[in-house]
Amino acid sequence: MNNNLKEEIIRTSGVNVLKCMRCGKCSGTCPSYGEMEYHPHQFVYMVEKGEIDKLMDSPSIYKCLSCFACVERCPRGVEPAKIVEAVRLAATRRQGGNHLTAEEIPCIVDDDTPGQLLVSAFRKYKK
Amino acid sequence: MSMNEFKPKIVAFCCNWCSYAGADLAGTNRLNYPADVKIIRVPCSCRVNPLFILRAFQRGADGVILCGCHPGDCHYTTGNYYARRRMTLLFSMLDYLGIEKERTRVEWVSAAEGAKFATVMNDFVKTVTELGENKRLEDLRCKK
Amino acid sequence: MQKIGVFVCHCGTNIAGTVDVKAVAEALGKEPGVVFSAEYPYMCSEAGQNLIKNAIKDYGLTGIVVCSCSPRMHEATFRKTAAAAGLNSYMVEIANIREQCSWIHKDIKVATEKAIVLGRTAIAKVALNTPLTASSSPVVKRALVIGGGIAGIQTALDIADAGYEVDIVEKEPTIGGKMAQIDKTFPTLDCAACILTPKMVDCAQNEKIHIYSYSEVESVKGFVGNFTVSIKKKARYVDETKCTGCGLCTEKCPMKKTPNLFNLGLDNRSAIYIPFAQAIPKVATIDADYCNMLKNGKCGVCSKVCAAGAIDYKQKDQIIEEKYGAIVVATGFNPIKLDGYDEFAYNESPDVVTSLELERLMNAAGPNGGTLLRPSDKTHPKTIVFVQCVGSRDTTDCGKPYCSKICCMYTAKHAMLIRDKYPDTEVYVFYIDVRTPGKNFDEFYRRAVEEYGVHYIKGMVGKVMPQPDGKLLVRAADLIMNEQVMINADMVVLAAAIEPDKTARPLATMLTASMDTNDFFTEAHPKLRPVESPTAGIFLSGVCQGPKDIPETVAQASAAAAKVIGLLAKDKLLSNPCVAHSDENLCNGCSSCERVCPYGAISYVDKEFRMPDRTTKIRRVASVNAAVCQGCGACTVACPSGAMDLSGFSNKQIMAEVDAICR
Repeated sequence: MNNNLKEEIIRTSGVNVLKCMRCGKCSGTCPSYGEMEYHPHQFVYMVEKGEIDKLMDSPSIYKCLSCFACVERCPRGVEPAKIVEAVRLAATRRQGGNHLTAEEIPCIVDDDTPGQLLVSAFRKYKK
Repeated sequence: MSMNEFKPKIVAFCCNWCSYAGADLAGTNRLNYPADVKIIRVPCSCRVNPLFILRAFQRGADGVILCGCHPGDCHYTTGNYYARRRMTLLFSMLDYLGIEKERTRVEWVSAAEGAKFATVMNDFVKTVTELGENKRLEDLRCKK
Repeated sequence: MQKIGVFVCHCGTNIAGTVDVKAVAEALGKEPGVVFSAEYPYMCSEAGQNLIKNAIKDYGLTGIVVCSCSPRMHEATFRKTAAAAGLNSYMVEIANIREQCSWIHKDIKVATEKAIVLGRTAIAKVALNTPLTASSSPVVKRALVIGGGIAGIQTALDIADAGYEVDIVEKEPTIGGKMAQIDKTFPTLDCAACILTPKMVDCAQNEKIHIYSYSEVESVKGFVGNFTVSIKKKARYVDETKCTGCGLCTEKCPMKKTPNLFNLGLDNRSAIYIPFAQAIPKVATIDADYCNMLKNGKCGVCSKVCAAGAIDYKQKDQIIEEKYGAIVVATGFNPIKLDGYDEFAYNESPDVVTSLELERLMNAAGPNGGTLLRPSDKTHPKTIVFVQCVGSRDTTDCGKPYCSKICCMYTAKHAMLIRDKYPDTEVYVFYIDVRTPGKNFDEFYRRAVEEYGVHYIKGMVGKVMPQPDGKLLVRAADLIMNEQVMINADMVVLAAAIEPDKTARPLATMLTASMDTNDFFTEAHPKLRPVESPTAGIFLSGVCQGPKDIPETVAQASAAAAKVIGLLAKDKLLSNPCVAHSDENLCNGCSSCERVCPYGAISYVDKEFRMPDRTTKIRRVASVNAAVCQGCGACTVACPSGAMDLSGFSNKQIMAEVDAICR
């Protein structure tokens, strides 16, 4: 249970995890489901329980395509993809600097990283 | 009178169907709000004549709050809309006369919103207490 | 000279715990006009009430103030007490020193001071009270039921049973509503038509009940006990009195490609139609959008074959005006439109159906004569997937935030019926929660799982993908296995949320009955008055008030009927005397009050006045209909000359209260 991290995730994502009614439609709709160790609905639940460290250490955060299907279909407007993005950001921040520089990207990227993730990362960091 | 001891006089007009019931619910749930608030029951927020509010300030009230049903929920269908319009005009006139806008307020509190009633009253009393005593419109002849 | 009595209640320790009741009684005893002041542990008890009665008699009190709980609780009690002692019941004021004082303040000094202020405010008001008498108005001994589904039918039957006239207004050509479309009912699995149609026949045969089918309410005027309603009888182009319901016209009609709305458009019917075999009234109706004769003036087959000569192409809409003492709303529900849910492919594939469509597909009178076949290729489905909560518990724009309540049970019913009739069919139900509160409900659901082998999987379906081979690929997460599942289904059944009928909102406006944000009618009290609308004389029956299954609907329908009977049994209604009145000498005839009155209670009359110079003059002045006025007071503020005032809440009284608080 890591409350500071939990608050940080909730603040950066802007998501109210308590709105989740555990229907699992996010995971039912996720095209990356099979690739992920923790699935979208688990992201929401684990953030609520404060189990952020497990999420940050999991490769799942890089398997999310940021396709936003879960955000589109969630009946309660919870927006799981934004949580994944926030955990990803927290993981990056933990590694040191607050930002990725363009030079750093090639070292992190391997062939398995989905291209869409890069697009999503740029969208996030250009702000 | 020093500011620490200042206890504002607050007149709250509550409509019988929503806000008065909301105030009752706040009581039933034992939700605390300052004793400075005294409630006058009216059938509907539209019963509140601007004269009542002027009278309150004249007699030394430090703040007046009007509570009614949420828009669309008025027991009399449209009463709260009338109240809203009348109070908008009245409050801007009072502001012009030097009664700060913060001393007057319209709030919608339903019969189920006991917690909201208490929150609103706490907040309103705090605001009025910070503003201090109302001197502008007070009729000194009324003071004994 | 006012003689006011003050009675301070301890309410056990509820008040006395934080308010020094003795000090309050003492302080209020010194207020001007107060001649008697006392405190007592329970003022509302019989002994407490006797204390009040005796004081009224002994001291000749002209007004009393009871410092006790909220007036919403015991105002009526103390008014009766006063009346019993010969004091006008409107000479009573309540100072709320429990809910608005003792319960919210912990400090005894602060609470006692406030209680004294509240008490003196009530004293200041009661000193200006005037005796009021409630006026009475007669009750029209006839009820109107809007909606002819099971709710409306049951309410009408019960009211008629008590000996009162009832009219049912139904917008469809037949009564029966949604229940007539349903195949079987849970949890007993008896056939809906078998239990509904006898009730429909009872309605038709009961001489106290009149059915206005294919009709809608146009306008509502009046007030409790005396409503005037205009009903529009839509032109059905068939004379109801002549048609025998033989059905020959429907056979001969050449326009066979008209969508059959009773079967939800799953098959076709003729342009002249009788919705279903047991329709009440069993009278044909012409669908003007499809009839060739009405559209182009060519055809006239039905008129030629009708032996009774009932066809009348020139029929017009007809307006009927009736008077009623009470109105029951039973407008019912519809499944929501699923256009916002592309992921379930409802608009893409005919094999994705709603649960109500499945009812028709499985019904013996349905498009396939009771054999469950895929709508696309009429083959037998081997795998069926049910999706629960489609649009229910959904806070997005296309869904409904509430639970539709009936879906868990009817899905269990569908699954069970399919497994029973076609054991080779695999049935999967994707659920979020299975909600089965109700008598024998959970047992029913467990039977579906344990005896019929229905596969229940926890998790919402994410996507339905129609395949080129006609199959439907269903993707969902199995939350308990923690894996994603893919099912190749032949049919997908969506448990669409239910919403109030679209006609309910305009009707609520006509009735001035309030609605919640979901367009369900609000009840007068969520727990204690569940079948009455806050608007007097309007009663609620069935799903128009909130999602309900059939047993609950019938229970509420009978409850509403009981309330209506209670109202109609009265010969006269006493109205609230706290209504507006105008001082004709001050009224300048400006019409401001007339414009703000939401009830149309104010009218203008020409009256003769004697002028100071001894001439007479006709002046236009406001006159309030006390029976229509509800006492909101909007007019009192709108009146520029101060002629309008409200009894019980007069300008002077409220001013006196303001003064007492600010003193």
